[in-house]
Amino acid sequence: MSMADQKPTQSFNLGMLIYDTRYRAMTIQVVALILFMLGAAWLVNNAAQNLAALGKPLSFDFLSQPAGYDINQKLIEYTSQDSHGRAALVGLLNTLLVAFLGCVLATFLGVIIGVLRLSKNWLISRLMTVYIESFRNVPVLLWIVFAMAIFIESFPAPRAFRGDNATASMVLNDSVAFTNRGVYIPKLVFDNGSMIVVLVFLASLVGIWLFGRWSRKRQEATGEILPNFWIKLGIFFVPAIAAQLVMGSPISLAYPELKGFNFTGGLHLRNSLIALWLALSLYTAAFIAEAVRAGIMAISKGQTEAAAALGLRSNRIMQLVILPQALRVIIPPLISQYLNLTKNSSLAIAVGYMDITGTLGGITLNQTGREMESVMLLMLIYLAISLAISTVMNIYNNSVSLKER
Amino acid sequence: MKNLSYVRTEMLPEQAPPVGETGIIKWMRENLFSGWMNSILTILGLVAVYFILLETLPWALDSTWNAGSLNECRENAPGACWAVINERFPQLVFGFYPNGTDGDPDQRWRIIVAFVLLLVAVAPVLFDKLPRKMILFSAIYPFFGYWLLWGGTIWGPLTAIAGFAIAYIVYRVLAPMAGNLVAVIASILTPIVWWLFLAGPIAGALGDVAPIGLMAIPSSKFGGLALSVIIGVAGIALSFPIGVLLALGRQSNLFIIKTLSVAYIEFIRGVPLITLLFVASVLLNYFLPPGTNFDIILRVVIMVTLFSAAYMAEVIRGGLAALPRGQYEAADALGLDYWKANRLIIMPQALKIAIPGIVGTFIGLFKDTTLVSIIGLMDPLALTNAIRADQDWNGIVWELYLFVALMFWVFTFFMSRYSMYLERKLQTGH
Repeated sequence: MSMADQKPTQSFNLGMLIYDTRYRAMTIQVVALILFMLGAAWLVNNAAQNLAALGKPLSFDFLSQPAGYDINQKLIEYTSQDSHGRAALVGLLNTLLVAFLGCVLATFLGVIIGVLRLSKNWLISRLMTVYIESFRNVPVLLWIVFAMAIFIESFPAPRAFRGDNATASMVLNDSVAFTNRGVYIPKLVFDNGSMIVVLVFLASLVGIWLFGRWSRKRQEATGEILPNFWIKLGIFFVPAIAAQLVMGSPISLAYPELKGFNFTGGLHLRNSLIALWLALSLYTAAFIAEAVRAGIMAISKGQTEAAAALGLRSNRIMQLVILPQALRVIIPPLISQYLNLTKNSSLAIAVGYMDITGTLGGITLNQTGREMESVMLLMLIYLAISLAISTVMNIYNNSVSLKER
Repeated sequence: MKNLSYVRTEMLPEQAPPVGETGIIKWMRENLFSGWMNSILTILGLVAVYFILLETLPWALDSTWNAGSLNECRENAPGACWAVINERFPQLVFGFYPNGTDGDPDQRWRIIVAFVLLLVAVAPVLFDKLPRKMILFSAIYPFFGYWLLWGGTIWGPLTAIAGFAIAYIVYRVLAPMAGNLVAVIASILTPIVWWLFLAGPIAGALGDVAPIGLMAIPSSKFGGLALSVIIGVAGIALSFPIGVLLALGRQSNLFIIKTLSVAYIEFIRGVPLITLLFVASVLLNYFLPPGTNFDIILRVVIMVTLFSAAYMAEVIRGGLAALPRGQYEAADALGLDYWKANRLIIMPQALKIAIPGIVGTFIGLFKDTTLVSIIGLMDPLALTNAIRADQDWNGIVWELYLFVALMFWVFTFFMSRYSMYLERKLQTGH
């Protein structure tokens, strides 16, 4: 008779819940669950009691009441007569706008700075180190208010542009004005027929993608490499410009002009948006640069040497050998930097940029006195944004990660 | 026959290397101008540095340190007005802590003493060459530091410490008699009873008998760098153990524990700190029994701690995941139980791997203390606004921001240097 056939002789007793490893795991979990439920029930009960005592039971009705405040920066139609819910939506779009712009610029700067920090050029690598250390070691909120101060304090007021002996002047052939109220840039004006130009442009984007596929196939079949970059650049610009000329320039630029005490006509980029955007990008770029540097350094030198031994040029070594491998190391920290940037965009409140924290968590909260609902909604929205970003980036990460069998 | 072969019989004198291959020229050729691309970068870099210095150096140097107001500054020097730092330095560091001007005696020595003692308390944690006995001081420092900063009767902190002593005594007495488990449960419950029901009256009674205490300072007086350091240090000290527990919870194979940990970590990491600070400033009282009202700094510290514990947990989880499975199996093979295995084998190695991330989280936490200015606490950043609101200094911007940036930079820079030192010290590879 083997040992395994023997039934445990000892019958169950209560002490085994604690001293027998077969049951202990269950005991611990049940105790933890009960404690957690008790704690949660205590908190919810307190909150219910307190809210009832104040006479404001949990309700989201305030979202449909008129907001009564203006939002200066908006991507969709909004007036002060619209509801708090719509104000929150305007704020949400503003958050997404600055987060998107910030992620793009931060990635662009971060990659360049990260690569340059590894450069053999003594001066450049030192400069990049100084940049990274100074941006990483100072709070982002300070950078945001600092950027805002630069705009407000050191740019001229619009009236400085007036008169015969104006103290300030527009730059880039009188098309861009930097003022302390914001930056005025030319605006695109779409006349009749501009639809066709836009369609041609979109078609050329598809064309670039198709060309890329065709060129890769051709290279795999014949081994010849076309000057891909220049051809793609051509497809990007030539058809759209040709269409624009053929249609008689339906898309034109409206330049900002000084009318009275302010600029009109162009596109007005508000200080708060630009300051927030630049500060967040420059700050996050320092972190991304470190991630990029770590990613490149994680690829062993043998890879570069092997690629060189195969006769690849240095830019193709970077493009075909180093970067695809470094990306695997870079992407995960990059995801968390994007998340950080998005969450840090909530500091917009410090410069008066009306993002979701400024609308729902700021003015709406103060006006309606619905702290509980507003803050809970605010947290849920940020949670949803974060989860969305990390899901998308994780899908991308899976597509570049090492395929193991 | 004449030997025609040419054999050199004497050495030629050594020649100096070509000019381009020595000294500074060689260095410049290799490091600055090794190709056309590098040359362009170097020149661009030099031009950028030149313009930045051209804009800032005259401003920074052509400045004055002695003036009573911005106007006076402008009369003395066209550049920076460092006089504001000179005059407001105490405020930027101590906030509105009583400084002897408004009737109360100067109390700022308490912050200085607390900070110096903080260094003493932290030293044995940071440097393991110091005598181990010093850890005892680190253990009582939180109570002592609290008493120094907020003041009030000394019996409050002392009775709080007494709770821990009671727990220890209960455990030592009960463990041989009633078994380990009962002793642990009793040693958790007795101090809670002590703190909730007995500590207050006893402290009050002792206070009547022997009124030893410092002037009580309300939280509204705290500000400046001192406030940032208080929140930062408290957050760091509290978030680390919670982070370790959360990381273990997430790696655990107990389903419910794991689910709770993951939910907590992902929730906290998904929301910005500012929303949690909103919770601290407007919501936390809703979740507590009616009538409870506790200190704003304490509420902020709780929220900052909960926030950074989630990040800490992820960093430590990285360290746990990087540890080879063999280490866990070896610990099991030695017959160690879960806590012993973690304490003696797993954690020392996992934490070592996670040092850069841990210190990074600490640095992030310290920088994030500036966010408290948004909910109305007077950290250095909020003080810059307060100073600007004074009509003497109305219009001063750069000097204050630069100084605040420098204060944070110094702290965070030394933290990252310490992390590098620790990595080198714990390096066991070759």
